[in-house]
Amino acid sequence: MATKASRSAARIMIAPAVILLLGWMLVPLIMTLWFSFRTYLPLRGGDQGWTGFDNYVRFVSSSSFWPSIMTTLTIVVSVLVITVVLGILLAMLLDQPMWGQGVVRILVIAPFFVMPTVSALVWKNMFMDPTNGLFAHLWRFFGADPISWMSDAAMPSIIMIVSWQWLPFATLILLTAIQSLDGEQLEASEMDGAPLLKRFYYIILPHLGRAITIVILIQTIFLLAVFAEILVTTGGAFGTRTLSYLIFQRVLESQNIGLGSAGGVYAIILANIVAIFLMRIVGKNLDN
Amino acid sequence: MSRAVTPRRKLINTTIAWAIGLLIFFPILWTILTSFKTEGQAIASPPIFLNFDWTLENYAVVMERSNYMRFLWNSIIIAGGSTILGLIIAVPAAWSMAFVPSKRTKDILLWMLSTKMLPAVGVLYPIYLLFIELGLLDSRTGLVIVMMLINLPIIVWMLYTYFREIPGEILEAARMDGAALRQEVLYILTPMAIPGIASTMLLNFILAWNEAFWTLNLTAAKAAPLTAFIASYSSPEGLFYAKLSAASTMAIAPILILGWFSQKQLVRGLTFGAVK
Amino acid sequence: MTKRTHALLGACAVAALSTAAFAQDTITIATVNNGDMIRMQGYTDTFTEQTGIEVEWVTLEENVLRQRVTTDITTKGGQFDIMTIGMYETPIWGANGWLVPLDGMSAEYDVEDILPAMRNGLSHDGTLYAAPFYGESSMVMYRTDLMEAAGLEMPTAPTWEFIREAAAAMTDRDNEINGICLRGKAGWGEGGAIITVTANSFGARWFDEDWTAQFDQPEWAEAINFYVDMMNESGPQGFATNGFNENLSLFQQGKCGMWIDATVAASFVTNPDESTVADSVGFALAPNKDGVSKKANWLWAWALAIPAGTQNEEAAKTFIEWATSKEYIGLVAANEGWANVPPGARASLYATPEYQEVPFAQMTLDSIQAADPNNPTVEPVPYVGVQFVAIPEFAGMATEVSQEFSAAYAGQQTVEEALEKAQAITNETMEAAGYR
Repeated sequence: MATKASRSAARIMIAPAVILLLGWMLVPLIMTLWFSFRTYLPLRGGDQGWTGFDNYVRFVSSSSFWPSIMTTLTIVVSVLVITVVLGILLAMLLDQPMWGQGVVRILVIAPFFVMPTVSALVWKNMFMDPTNGLFAHLWRFFGADPISWMSDAAMPSIIMIVSWQWLPFATLILLTAIQSLDGEQLEASEMDGAPLLKRFYYIILPHLGRAITIVILIQTIFLLAVFAEILVTTGGAFGTRTLSYLIFQRVLESQNIGLGSAGGVYAIILANIVAIFLMRIVGKNLDN
Repeated sequence: MSRAVTPRRKLINTTIAWAIGLLIFFPILWTILTSFKTEGQAIASPPIFLNFDWTLENYAVVMERSNYMRFLWNSIIIAGGSTILGLIIAVPAAWSMAFVPSKRTKDILLWMLSTKMLPAVGVLYPIYLLFIELGLLDSRTGLVIVMMLINLPIIVWMLYTYFREIPGEILEAARMDGAALRQEVLYILTPMAIPGIASTMLLNFILAWNEAFWTLNLTAAKAAPLTAFIASYSSPEGLFYAKLSAASTMAIAPILILGWFSQKQLVRGLTFGAVK
Repeated sequence: MTKRTHALLGACAVAALSTAAFAQDTITIATVNNGDMIRMQGYTDTFTEQTGIEVEWVTLEENVLRQRVTTDITTKGGQFDIMTIGMYETPIWGANGWLVPLDGMSAEYDVEDILPAMRNGLSHDGTLYAAPFYGESSMVMYRTDLMEAAGLEMPTAPTWEFIREAAAAMTDRDNEINGICLRGKAGWGEGGAIITVTANSFGARWFDEDWTAQFDQPEWAEAINFYVDMMNESGPQGFATNGFNENLSLFQQGKCGMWIDATVAASFVTNPDESTVADSVGFALAPNKDGVSKKANWLWAWALAIPAGTQNEEAAKTFIEWATSKEYIGLVAANEGWANVPPGARASLYATPEYQEVPFAQMTLDSIQAADPNNPTVEPVPYVGVQFVAIPEFAGMATEVSQEFSAAYAGQQTVEEALEKAQAITNETMEAAGYR
């Protein structure tokens, strides 16, 4: 349909975005690649020359490497599962007729507006602190010993904080999708006396497929980069060191740019594996 | 959707929904409440909910200690500037993807999203060195550019899904009339896409406002936004819950209010084409 | 727009330019959000009035500050005219030529008055690179009332054995009183500092003279097992995440019988505005294991340094001279009382009669003087530094090591496992850095 002229015009219109992003991707990537093959220790006189694949070998053979990959994936997958499952339930609830729906929606959406640093600080200090936190008071009220959240349950705590931040996003997208569901269809099935579970499984869930895909795609992008929440709460201790946190430690705490850059390259590889994996499902689901 | 339900059912729905809504909102509410307590009351055992001497002292302390207005202004400039700049670049790109799709359109779109997966910490050093070369450290310009680049994929994606919902026949008709591409975009598409553009702007404003890695690492004093402001109130010496709460409230209040007022637009925008 | 408004705008622009010209002496200072620094910010106006130099503050939480200033100094970013750094960074950065030597200070400034321990720690090859804003060691702070109730008396120089016994006697779980509060938080400057000095006082060391890690030696196992056992008996819930601030807050709320930590804390725990136990705090020297010659004393200073290459070197020097001077101490003393002046930096402070009356003054000085960075351990070591090892690789690896220890404190692994990992992490790092 499109004419030749409009095609070339389209190409021109898309060019600035593509060129900018290409630059944003390539320039740091090339610099990172370059550093990753060098012994680069800023505190020991800077760039000390070519070192081959030493940094790559060292980064992978470190005892922290595989645990950090596992931690990263655990956070991403857990938060995805929690937000999608709770998001569906919450969206179905919000879709029901009720008084003050608008206000409830405002309450539910609120955590999305909170800076990650702020939410981590608030959760860590005012809720999860084992002495003065609200949870500690609650536990004591019921005669239980307060939990030391940030040490004894560090991963669940972080997963909970991050899920709290992303639940609104999932809920809203899923809610829009549910609201577009054909009401008559649902009603008909309701009258047929189809049990709730069956209705959910055969009518609602398939309808939400596309929305769930979008939620997974967008959230994965942000969850792979979770950083502030860990820096503020545990500083990577108690098994919460993700790959990006490990790189942070190598680059900034140990001041080993070469080693950290090699880690960066691994992180890019991991991101791409996840991306390809995602693109597969997304691509399928996004096709009409 | 208007399904008829019994008042009883509606009451149950309302109760459950409000309970869950308040539960989700509670951490924010608690922070706001704590910001009006004294430090002693903030850690009182058992905790005090409303029955305390409301004080503005924490806000006074925070205002005296830091130049809040400058942090706020920087946040507004950085979030606003990057959103506008992003739109200028993304609208044409999204338009051409939506209306002149080629075989590679989807690949380009997904590739764009994949650039967001690059770990920021891994490239901090290169970017820092580049910023020194370009003299962009601690400048709002530099941050506007970085925030724009970070969010560009999301902007393009959102706009693309909107533009695709615009029926092609209208375009065909316009082309028959001999409208030029530019006019097509300006006079026909853009007005139709205004709701979508509005929600895209909102979402990106929020994302840029809350970004805490680059804004913290590439600024010092002049361009530091609210993310840097909050970094000076995290775990200082002594009791700090009330002051932290006041600072937190000040950091999130503007965006919370903006979000609430415009939540209808935002909610519509958050579909990302999830609804077919 | 009319001509007149144009003219008006032009005039405004000129005015704006000329004020900009006047205000060009603006320095940017990166600092940590500790109480004394925040107080210093409050006095900025006094400084500006005196000198005409404007000051921009970048106040950050300690970890974020370290990350920011280190990135900036290693890349020569030049964003700050003054950086707040410590005894660990100063000699390393000074050796790299990244800091402006602080020589040629005025006679009134009296460099010789700075405590020798501080001056040495902030110098490289005899040149001072950072001026101490305040200095600290570690000591025991304890509740005199609880001690008395337990029927015990704190000696001036207690042993770890006594501390453990006293902690058990003071613990009263029903009333939320923990016999002892100590740091367990991961991070080389947090839990890493206290466990390193504790190890020193059990006769352990980080490295032998060939830079081989020593975590496989019995002294380390003994020290950490002792620490963990004592904290499990008498420490607070979740001590593995407690750092300086958490413990300070617990102590101020009356929830600790004893607390071994930085000497600067003394002024906070005895301040009746903040502390519920202000009038019943006693002080003692940091402990040692019975028969070991080294005590758990560390040595630290938060100091102001000027990165090389700054445009405002003179103005920055003027500020440092002001902020670390006797005059500044006098200013704070006049406004907030002697107990609140920045401690541990100047000998003259400890000779001031008013300051000698402050209950913790003498103990702070004694503690600082008991620490010896050149000779920190029982066995000889190839490094300088008490609670740290002054090599660039230390911050990174000590943070990882302390994370393993924190996991052991929380009971997620055994002490033996933690030590094994610490040994591996340390040797790996030293190998990568080419020491071995």
